[in-house]
Amino acid sequence: MRRLSSTDTAPEAEATPEAPRDDLREGLLARLREELGDAVVDSHIRPGDDLWVRVTREAWVDAAVVAKDKLHCTFFDFLSGLDWLPSPYGRDMDSQEDLLVHGAPEKEPAPMVSGYAGGDTRFQVFCRFYAPTKGYGITFKADLPDDDLSVRTLVPVFAGANWHERECAEMFGFTFVGHPQPWHLYLPTGFEGFPLRKDFPLLARRLKPWPGIVDVEPMPGEDEGDGDGEGGEG
Amino acid sequence: MTAPTESQQLAYIAQQAADSRVNLEFETDEGMTLNIGPQHPATHGTLRIVAKLDGEQVISCEPSPGYMHRGYEKLAEVRTYTQVNTLVNRIDWLGSFANEVPFILAAEKLMEIEAPPRAQHIRAILFELSRIANIALFLGDLGAQLGGVTAVFYAFRDREFVLNQIESVTGGRFHPNFDRIGGLKDDLPKGWIAETKAAMEKLRDFCDELETLLIGNEIFQLRTRGVGVIPPEVALSYGLSGANLRGSGVDWDLRRDACPPGLPYDKIDWKVWTHPDCDSFSRSWVRLQEVRESTFIVDQLLDSIPAGPVMAKVPRIIKVPEGEAYVETENPLGAMGYYVVSKGDLVPFRVKIRSASFSNVSIVPWVCRGVYVPDVITILASLYFILGDIDR
Repeated sequence: MRRLSSTDTAPEAEATPEAPRDDLREGLLARLREELGDAVVDSHIRPGDDLWVRVTREAWVDAAVVAKDKLHCTFFDFLSGLDWLPSPYGRDMDSQEDLLVHGAPEKEPAPMVSGYAGGDTRFQVFCRFYAPTKGYGITFKADLPDDDLSVRTLVPVFAGANWHERECAEMFGFTFVGHPQPWHLYLPTGFEGFPLRKDFPLLARRLKPWPGIVDVEPMPGEDEGDGDGEGGEG
Repeated sequence: MTAPTESQQLAYIAQQAADSRVNLEFETDEGMTLNIGPQHPATHGTLRIVAKLDGEQVISCEPSPGYMHRGYEKLAEVRTYTQVNTLVNRIDWLGSFANEVPFILAAEKLMEIEAPPRAQHIRAILFELSRIANIALFLGDLGAQLGGVTAVFYAFRDREFVLNQIESVTGGRFHPNFDRIGGLKDDLPKGWIAETKAAMEKLRDFCDELETLLIGNEIFQLRTRGVGVIPPEVALSYGLSGANLRGSGVDWDLRRDACPPGLPYDKIDWKVWTHPDCDSFSRSWVRLQEVRESTFIVDQLLDSIPAGPVMAKVPRIIKVPEGEAYVETENPLGAMGYYVVSKGDLVPFRVKIRSASFSNVSIVPWVCRGVYVPDVITILASLYFILGDIDR
């Protein structure tokens, strides 16, 4: 990873060689492991910033209850889904300018890689709770196997999960077991397909390529001369 | 022009009937169903609300959003980071600059860069100006919805001062698209600081005016006091944020409590207003105080702008390193955040937009149960949503 420096601040000074520890979030994680046991599959901590915890699908509601009752996370932030499938359309949907600058599209689709706190399945459901009095948030993830994209609803724990789960259900095709209003929120009732899945084509882009980066501005202090070959001015 | 044949008329009627059955789930046998919207002027746009009534009382009230869904989360997956900035401008269109800030901060967090101090200051100033422009209109609109038409003219008149200031920096009155990864597009124009201070002076007068004209009005208080009470624990579990939460007595402001790096609020001295009544009045009152407080924040920021560049050194073609980041800021409507997943590519792999109005409006079925029909309008006005912010 490249470390870029701004002109005035000196992030190099902050980047101490030993990895910084985050006692607050380590403590939270320890507490979660204590309460949930083996249900905590994996975790990731970005020191001073955020905590990701992956739990089993069976412990999805339990994790929310523990976070709310034991870890002060009373604020329901959001819930949504993740589809880790690399887009089957590849660079197809990139702008023609992007193709000129960055070369031809890759023939082989990239392997499927999950994000922080890992993952074994294509689909994950994730949500975030926040502790307003303490000033930290926890992001929970859970794997959903392809043959059974269902998970228990969080509505009894956080009433605000209602709309988030309905949106997630129609956009990703997940089933939230026990949801009080399991119908569409945004899409018409008869809509076919799940728009936020990676294999749902964005038809507007297929029909008419996006004009792309024709209006790249020169950065302040940079020479006006080097146009990188795409010297349109938007 | 020939008259339509009978078969054409029948086909038309059948089509209309089919259209009206889009949301079959809402059909009911008990009570009377009142359809508010999607084009009702009192709904801030195209929100449809299906209320079931028993006499004058609401048995249940179900919003049906989606008439303005633009699919920004999907579109963001085929746009570069700079292009996504243009999209997110259109989420909350009354305070556009505020939408850009958390997205840019999330990208900066993944790239591990920080804007120069001067850029951070100007960013915060524009952030507060969009808040003032946004909430000033809310105050006027609140009056209009409750039957006091004067306030809305005052609001449109005085919001102009703020929009002029935003325009003279960014070139855009509504959609500035001014924030960049690593800084800002441009520096401030000459004489802008003095002009903005004069505008802030006018906005404080506007706040005083509305405090007596609207908030102090007896009819306004009768319409709002004790209407739409939301206890703090319910507000938190529904994910209400911003002034809706502070109007329920929860002392939580992301600017003060969890300010992400890249915004200089820790250097500013200001007060977070709360109100313990949890009703429509308290939410409106908190918003008015917020506008006044924002003018003081802008004044302080203007006094302390450091010298220096407004743009860090960033590569011309921005590739964001692999990782996930969530940045949430206190936007005019409440907590707004972007969960950005990057695969080290030109485009984000996934962008989850957590917009404030979406959660704020999801409480409507809970809070409107059992109220009288005119109070539905009061509650919707006091919850304050922007349709673009619900539908994204």
